[in-house]
Amino acid sequence: MNPSEDKQPVKKVCIIVSRGSLDGVYPALIMANGARMEGIDASLFFTFFGLNALVQKTLDHLKVATVGNPAMNMAMPMLGMPMTMPFPTWMGALPGISAFATGLMNKKMEELDIPPVGEFLELISDSGGKIFACKLAMDMFKLKPEDLSDRVDGVLTVGQFYEESAGAGTHILFT
Amino acid sequence: MNKEIAGTTVEVNEEGYLTDMSQWNEAIAAAIAAEEGVGPLGDGHWKVIRYLREQQAKGAALTIRSMGKSGIVTTKELYDLFPGGPLKKSSKIAGIPKPVGCI
Repeated sequence: MNPSEDKQPVKKVCIIVSRGSLDGVYPALIMANGARMEGIDASLFFTFFGLNALVQKTLDHLKVATVGNPAMNMAMPMLGMPMTMPFPTWMGALPGISAFATGLMNKKMEELDIPPVGEFLELISDSGGKIFACKLAMDMFKLKPEDLSDRVDGVLTVGQFYEESAGAGTHILFT
Repeated sequence: MNKEIAGTTVEVNEEGYLTDMSQWNEAIAAAIAAEEGVGPLGDGHWKVIRYLREQQAKGAALTIRSMGKSGIVTTKELYDLFPGGPLKKSSKIAGIPKPVGCI
């Protein structure tokens, strides 16, 4: 086979977002927006705690997970300290640490022109990306469609999500 | 490498982006647009193209977010005007380098 024939382009990405921390949600938003910028279709399916990013009351208040995160040393350069500086995981549980780390990350992201979650959902939706909520998780957390951002295109069952993902060249990513 | 576009020889990189924005003219823009399946170029396209060239000349980093906030074009309009890669295609047509950011 000719190597160039082997390179089938990605036509669509369907990204499942199952976590609701700031660091759990942003990679998916960035990947979806990046796909649209390349002319690739994008659908986001928010399930379990990922719904935190669609609920109007919470979506712009996501927090960095500092408890049980052994990679917090990555944030040290933001404080002018070396990345190799240890950050014991128990420190992540100290009062105010998560809020502090979140504030720091939000500031850095704004500098890089990464929008807040609400604005990011608008950007993805305006670019033609689709945003879905998981029906089962909605029932589990006792959420109604009116609790969600008005950019949500619908509440889907798992089966409907797979239907939405149909087509050669579609990739399903779980985050 | 050199490439002849709309009767002018210009310097382009391997992806077809002009490497010297001063070699650009409107006929070149129209020819690249046709090659990219965009256009014919209307007022909306030209507004974006001129804005991109101004920003590039200032050395500003271009993002899809900053375009939507520019007041020149909304995100939706930008995607409609340059289907299949709004910032990449508009930059190529405007004769400026391919945007390097992820946003």
